[in-house]
Amino acid sequence: MIEKNLPAIIPLLFLFASLIIPLLGVWKKNLAYPIAALTALTSAILSLYGFVFVILTGPINYYFGGWIPPVGIEYVYDHLSSFVVLVINFVALFVIAYSYQPVEKELPGKQTAYYSVVMLLLTGFNGMIITGDLFNLYVFIEISSLASYALIGVGDKKAPFAAFKYLIIGTIGASFYLLGIGYLYFMSGTLNMNDLYNILPHMNDSPTIIVALILIVVGLGIKMAIFPMHGWLPDSYTHAPSSSSALIAPIGTKVGAYAMIRLLYFVFGLNYFSQELAVSDLIAIFSSAGIIFGSILAIAQKEMKRMLAYSSVAQIGYIGLGIGLANPFGFIGAVLHLLNHAFMKATLFMVAGSIITKEGHSDIFKFDDTYRKKYPWTMAAFTVAALSMVGLPPLAGFFSKWYLALGTIENSSWLFLAVILISSLLNAVYFFRILEKVYMKSPDASEVKEEVKRNEIQFSMLMPILVLAIGLIVLGILNFIIVEHIYKMMPEGMFSL
Amino acid sequence: MEIISTYNSTIPFYAVMVSLLAVPLIIISRSNPNLREGWTILAALVKFVLVLTLLPAALEGKAAVFNILEIAPGVELALKADQFGIFFAIIASGLWIFTSFYSIGYVRGNNEKKQTRYFASFAVCLSATIGIAFSANLLTFIIFYEVLTIATYPLVIHKENKEAIAAGRKYLLYTLTAGVILIAAAGLTYHYTNTLDFSAGGIFSDVNLSKDAVIVLFMLFLAGVGVKAGIMPLHSWLPAAMAAPTPVSALLHAVAVVKSGVFGVVRVVGFVFGPEMMEQYGLNNILFAFAGTTIILASLLAFKQDNLKRRLAYSTVGHLSYIVLGVSLLSTSGFTGGIMHISTHATMKITLFFCAGAIYVNLHRENISQLDGIAKVMPWTMGAFTIGSIGLAGIPPINGFISKWFLGIGSLEAGMDIGLTILLLSGLLNAGYFFPIIYRAYFKEGSGLENYGEANKLMVVPITITAVLSVLFGLFPDLFFNFFDLAVSITTDVMKGL
Amino acid sequence: MNLFDFIAGHYDYWFIIILLAIGLYGMTVKKNLVKKLIGMTIFQAAVILFYISSAIKADATVPIIMENLSVDNPANYINPLPHALMLTAIVVGVATVGVAFTLLILIYKNYKTLDENELLELMK
Repeated sequence: MIEKNLPAIIPLLFLFASLIIPLLGVWKKNLAYPIAALTALTSAILSLYGFVFVILTGPINYYFGGWIPPVGIEYVYDHLSSFVVLVINFVALFVIAYSYQPVEKELPGKQTAYYSVVMLLLTGFNGMIITGDLFNLYVFIEISSLASYALIGVGDKKAPFAAFKYLIIGTIGASFYLLGIGYLYFMSGTLNMNDLYNILPHMNDSPTIIVALILIVVGLGIKMAIFPMHGWLPDSYTHAPSSSSALIAPIGTKVGAYAMIRLLYFVFGLNYFSQELAVSDLIAIFSSAGIIFGSILAIAQKEMKRMLAYSSVAQIGYIGLGIGLANPFGFIGAVLHLLNHAFMKATLFMVAGSIITKEGHSDIFKFDDTYRKKYPWTMAAFTVAALSMVGLPPLAGFFSKWYLALGTIENSSWLFLAVILISSLLNAVYFFRILEKVYMKSPDASEVKEEVKRNEIQFSMLMPILVLAIGLIVLGILNFIIVEHIYKMMPEGMFSL
Repeated sequence: MEIISTYNSTIPFYAVMVSLLAVPLIIISRSNPNLREGWTILAALVKFVLVLTLLPAALEGKAAVFNILEIAPGVELALKADQFGIFFAIIASGLWIFTSFYSIGYVRGNNEKKQTRYFASFAVCLSATIGIAFSANLLTFIIFYEVLTIATYPLVIHKENKEAIAAGRKYLLYTLTAGVILIAAAGLTYHYTNTLDFSAGGIFSDVNLSKDAVIVLFMLFLAGVGVKAGIMPLHSWLPAAMAAPTPVSALLHAVAVVKSGVFGVVRVVGFVFGPEMMEQYGLNNILFAFAGTTIILASLLAFKQDNLKRRLAYSTVGHLSYIVLGVSLLSTSGFTGGIMHISTHATMKITLFFCAGAIYVNLHRENISQLDGIAKVMPWTMGAFTIGSIGLAGIPPINGFISKWFLGIGSLEAGMDIGLTILLLSGLLNAGYFFPIIYRAYFKEGSGLENYGEANKLMVVPITITAVLSVLFGLFPDLFFNFFDLAVSITTDVMKGL
Repeated sequence: MNLFDFIAGHYDYWFIIILLAIGLYGMTVKKNLVKKLIGMTIFQAAVILFYISSAIKADATVPIIMENLSVDNPANYINPLPHALMLTAIVVGVATVGVAFTLLILIYKNYKTLDENELLELMK
């Protein structure tokens, strides 16, 4: 019976944990972390179970309160959503496992509140993925956003201002989205995604639907941080506590991207947004601009977290480009990159957090070859993730780029192909800059140096980093299995185009 | 020529993996240098034996195939040890044995730092090289090609001085750019043909493409593999990469890495486009023009270099283009000569680099102007150097003569008299830039050499062996490995459509 | 339909558009963070009003079953769903304002100002 209720159990589990943590926290402060970790572990296992179940027996539809849609709210656990839930919950599990030490160090005394809000954040993310109802999606967007504002706001001195800017921009985005689904609702009389997918083709000519589409794309584009709506992202990720940025950076924007895929492909329909309107082209163009812009600004940064934040802007561009290509290879590229980038960015942000925990800074110019001796494993994981970001085979990052490149070729979009290729080189510039500093003795450094002892981070922090880094190799080599599965996630009729 | 048949075998996979498996062992035993180097030698020997076991079947026209796993729709990560792959694999893995012994002598004689990283990277490089040799399709090729790029990087920057870092950056700039261009080319090929498998005679036979599209695609391929093959104007990373320790220059920058590029050129010409298509669209002329220019310019530039290794590097650039030139002729003898030159140039050039390294470790001299009279103290080394030099100039009985002979014949067959002219001119230029070195070493009076003798045995013995091999293969081209038979057989296979 | 009818017939939408514009203006142009927040609230309120006004039907009454009004004819009652949705949206809005004020208090504690220009100056 559990599998029938799985779509509801996963978000509710997190919601329950976020309530229970502060209640028990009054009684015992150090209970927060175990409860959070246990919840994350349980839902990771549940989502793995659900994923396998969906593969074996097909999608699960859950009707809240037993009300049949379109009257009731529907939760959909299909190939796409079960996959994204799995990715999000596993990455979250590793980041939460990692965050014990950094939170102790950066947020002393605030553990109870921190983990409670983290659980709320994950409630929002999981709900956004699973829900099959447009307004419900809005509510979950706001739940996750409110939690992110809080998680970012507790960072360094500049963090509240960054969080406030994010709050203003994020609320505009959510309001745009709300306005957009208002248009859809008053035109069609339904908020159920499946229902709309069937109704909308009959009213394609209506300008109201076009306005709704644009409002929704802009609204979700802000959540996803597609260029030029990425303004909130760099400051937020830079000033947030390292455990928060390690949690939000890999999965926050991905969930936005997922919502974009869900809305465009499964509500408006491929034909509508890519053939009848050129919205897909616009998304692809803006994403490409974001890829180049983000990569160049990443090169200009001298602080590691900020560099990674700009790199995120670029990488989100890959997903956006895949969505905008609107062909099977583009879809594969987008979904695969959603997974790969979640792993890569989680690894990279956790490495940055570890360096901050140990060294008290993450200023790239202060990196030197003692880091290699002090943190050999951390740096090895960083190298793997960095090479994957550059897109070197057989690491995971190569394959998402490969499919995106095939997608651009399929559409004969040579400019986008060039963007993908050039950005690989730009990625190489900002990652090899760090690798060079870490693995090579600076030629200007004095010859005599005191012996550096190994000073590796604690096992609880190192283990998640290593697992994700090894995961990048495994995902790269086994990517075909995933790709074969992604074919099942595509909307009907995608091949006939 | 019979149709190439295939059989399943895991040996190609083991041949690729053996040096990769040695990497953790090398790292674990970092505190015990003798054990660490023992792993390297063991891996090299095992690898060579594994490759050799594939040879008899290959001579009968059977290729060992191993499909690792499907990695993209319709594309497998697959190894296929066909004749050409084995040809290259024997050269690379065979010379790795000598280089390993030589490396031990070199890094210890020179007190190099970070020796563990050095030997580990070397082992990865060899895995990637054998992987390139045995790649059954373009995607597998790209994967190993990029692994080779990254694994060579730590070796290029090994000295960690400003020069090495600059060289490393230049190296990455060139090779990573080439890598992404190659990915684009592979993507386009997949789009047009729905396959990426290498197939003798080409895979474009059923595809109708405009001439412009074919030329653009070919140029992309050429840029992708041409960087490692040192085709001008994409060559300049190679002289810069001479900042690496000499064994690296010897094996990687004379054999493994650069020959991977050339190997890629041959694969692209013979197994992706195919001779028919090359001729139909005039692609062979483009390739010929690049190769011919590179041969002459590189030889001229070699004159200007006083640094011995840099002179050798420019010589390498020139000789790599011999191979490309031979391939571009699209005539039977030319193709055979080109492929033969992969093996002949390898033994000769590695000898020369070994000599340069021996001189550097022993006398700490890098420049040609400092080499006066050193033949008296290092007779074995300079003897080997002489053999290598005259071989590269194309004088019999060294093996360089054979490949050059076929290249010359091939030019005439193809009606490209200018090809023969280029070859003869380049032979003269080769003699022109090598003989002064020999003259200095033997006939000029040196100074400050009283306290020096011959280099370490670990270095002299490999030098002597590679030099002797150059002579032996010159006298008996089919000795041991049937290089000549293989080359003829590969050519027949590729040329069957013409 | 002439222009006057077009404008007058959609007066509620015009009102909402004006509200949206005021909200956007407040958020983008005003330098005081509290005023930005006020702009944001106006913006949200405009969206909520849009839903409410769109739920209205001519000659219909509140959706409470009345004995003398048939339930068979939906035209008799206004659409209750947007109201229900907006209750949730209002709650979300209140929560957002709460978080926003918390952040503003933190900013003020850290920098003793809420003026954007001064803040950017202080953060350099």
